[in-house]
Amino acid sequence: MREILYKDALVEAMWEEMERDEKVFVMGEDVAIYGGAYGATKGLYEQFGEERVRDTAISESAIVGAAIGAAITGMRPIAEIMYIDFITQAMDQLVNQAAKMRYMFGGKTTVPMVLRTEGGAGRCIAAHHSQSLEAWIMHVPGLYLVMPSTPYDAKGLLKASIRDDNPVVFIEHKMLYGLKGEVPEDDYIIPLGVADIKKEGSDVTIVAYSRQLHVTMEAATELEKDNISAEVIDPRTLKPLDLDTILTSVKKTGKLVIVSEGYKTCNVASEIAMLVMEHGFDLLDAPVKRVCAVDVPVPMSPVLEDAAIPNKQNVINAVKEVCQ
Amino acid sequence: MKESKEELVSYLRKMMEIRLFEEKVMELLARNIIKGASHLYAGEEAVAVGACNAIREDDYITSTHRGHGHCLAKGGKLPEMMAELCGKATGYCKGRGGSMHIADVTKGNLGATGIVCSNVPVAVGAALSVKMRKTEQVVLCFFGDGASNNGVFHESLNMAAVWNLPVVFVCENNLYGMSVAANRCSAVQDMADKAKAYNIPSMICDGMDILNVKETIEKATERARGGDGPIFVECKTYRYFGHSRSDPRAYRTKEEEKEWRDKCPIKQFSKKLTDNKILTEKEIDQIEKQAEEDVENAEKFAIESPYPDVKELKDDIYAPSPSELLNGGAIR
Ligand SMILES: Cc1ncc(C[n+]2csc(CCOP(=O)(O)OP(=O)(O)O)c2C)c(N)n1
Ligand SMILES: [Mg+2]
Repeated sequence: MREILYKDALVEAMWEEMERDEKVFVMGEDVAIYGGAYGATKGLYEQFGEERVRDTAISESAIVGAAIGAAITGMRPIAEIMYIDFITQAMDQLVNQAAKMRYMFGGKTTVPMVLRTEGGAGRCIAAHHSQSLEAWIMHVPGLYLVMPSTPYDAKGLLKASIRDDNPVVFIEHKMLYGLKGEVPEDDYIIPLGVADIKKEGSDVTIVAYSRQLHVTMEAATELEKDNISAEVIDPRTLKPLDLDTILTSVKKTGKLVIVSEGYKTCNVASEIAMLVMEHGFDLLDAPVKRVCAVDVPVPMSPVLEDAAIPNKQNVINAVKEVCQ
Repeated sequence: MKESKEELVSYLRKMMEIRLFEEKVMELLARNIIKGASHLYAGEEAVAVGACNAIREDDYITSTHRGHGHCLAKGGKLPEMMAELCGKATGYCKGRGGSMHIADVTKGNLGATGIVCSNVPVAVGAALSVKMRKTEQVVLCFFGDGASNNGVFHESLNMAAVWNLPVVFVCENNLYGMSVAANRCSAVQDMADKAKAYNIPSMICDGMDILNVKETIEKATERARGGDGPIFVECKTYRYFGHSRSDPRAYRTKEEEKEWRDKCPIKQFSKKLTDNKILTEKEIDQIEKQAEEDVENAEKFAIESPYPDVKELKDDIYAPSPSELLNGGAIR
């Protein structure tokens, strides 16, 4: 199968959906002429023109708010917030408007929009450009949350997100845009709420998503040498969350480690661990472990940044602890 | 020129330091000695140097993501800045902040920020504090043309006007916010027009002419310090490098770049000084050489400095609290 970059898979997804449905359009800072800060909208402006690919001012709140307004009146906007760190400025629109309108209006409206953004550490760009704030999004009823780890997942999930009638927050990872992977040429979608078993195993279940999936896969390979067989599950969408796939795996392994690049306190991992406890406590043979970022603003200095976010060794250590 | 020769020389020297510092940063980025991002100030030197020389040493400034020039102009030191950009323990922020978070609070530089426009309300708050503490300081609030399209910009101007606060809003209009030209994303082309809605008087100056900037900011500061409330100064300027290292600059033309290169604030000011027989070309060369040496020493200092100790990763997240206020054993 052909291999393409994560960022190009994203471009393809938007391109195909814009061709399929003229109501789909893109807006955000530097998405048109520049092609997106990480190149994830490259070529769309040249193909679809400035009516459907709109550079905006630095107005995060209005970008998200306007996407909502367009969505509830018949369009299907894809709004981009360049870094998830800037979503703070748009939180009111996202949390109080996008997430709540349908419910509060008695189910009589839909908000079919995608908010594409990007997060994560790894580039030494410090505390305002390196956060993983997905837990904030997962907390809010009414929002879906998608975090693809591979080009294949990125394309299939973005297409599903665009077609879905709910506000979807789609978080990419800045260290994955240059990742190459197999992506079929033909049209496909990946439904929301379907986890992917990235590696089968029998001794321990590791749940990891976005860039940490790759860190975890490396750890899993190394663990094989110590005769520990890890099953690696990528939920791909954190909301809706495919708990069944996780529980089925835990039933087999009896042990669970969850890996996330977000701050440890109130991390997505905390929620997943609690769900497993509520729905499968009897399946567990050992306490659940979290491997998360240290609770500290992501520092710039390479040595500090490395120490702040999870690495392969952290995952290996956690697995060995639960497998003792 | 009302300034002494000594003052004029110091302005030239400072602008040269900023330019050479930024060129060095560009080089160190390419050599991967500086990791991460840096938004360079080259081209805009006259704004920071003119503005910071129009205020008192105890006045405050708030900076932006393009903050190296502000930091140096407000008295920041080259070695500590370079070390910070390299993420070293000897940097202004112990290597935690890097380019986008540089601050030198001892010099009244309340800090840079990675979030566009997020320091505009902070400047208003500092001005409120000045007013409440009755210290007669002023706050120079730097921000870009792009920032003035952000919601909190408008909230901040309104608040400053309503409370009659001693803040000078200094808009560095370099025609672009990243790749988006102001004429594609702002409804007005003189950002100063935005002040009208809040009843804040404004002035526009040539941001490539240091004496023009200085004079304009002096007038503005006088008003703010005198208790007549906020004022808005727009400086028309241009950034010479791309927005960041990876920017191909496809959104602007080579002709436009050349036109602004010809207006180089350092070249212009050097010429003014030689035309007025204040300095000879030879003396100017010497000043540049000294600045070059200082930048090289800063580079050396930064490279030879150690990285922070990883054991300090969690230091300074919270200020210390006395035991009657805090159970030190509680998880935080
Ligand atoms: C809230 C927010 N939105 C977007 C960005 C990304 N970004 C960084 S600088 C910049 C352009 C800023 O333009 P302007 O205010 O004119 O300052 P300049 O870079 O031209 O000095 C953008 C879009 C950001 N850092 N923060
Ligand atoms: Mg600008």
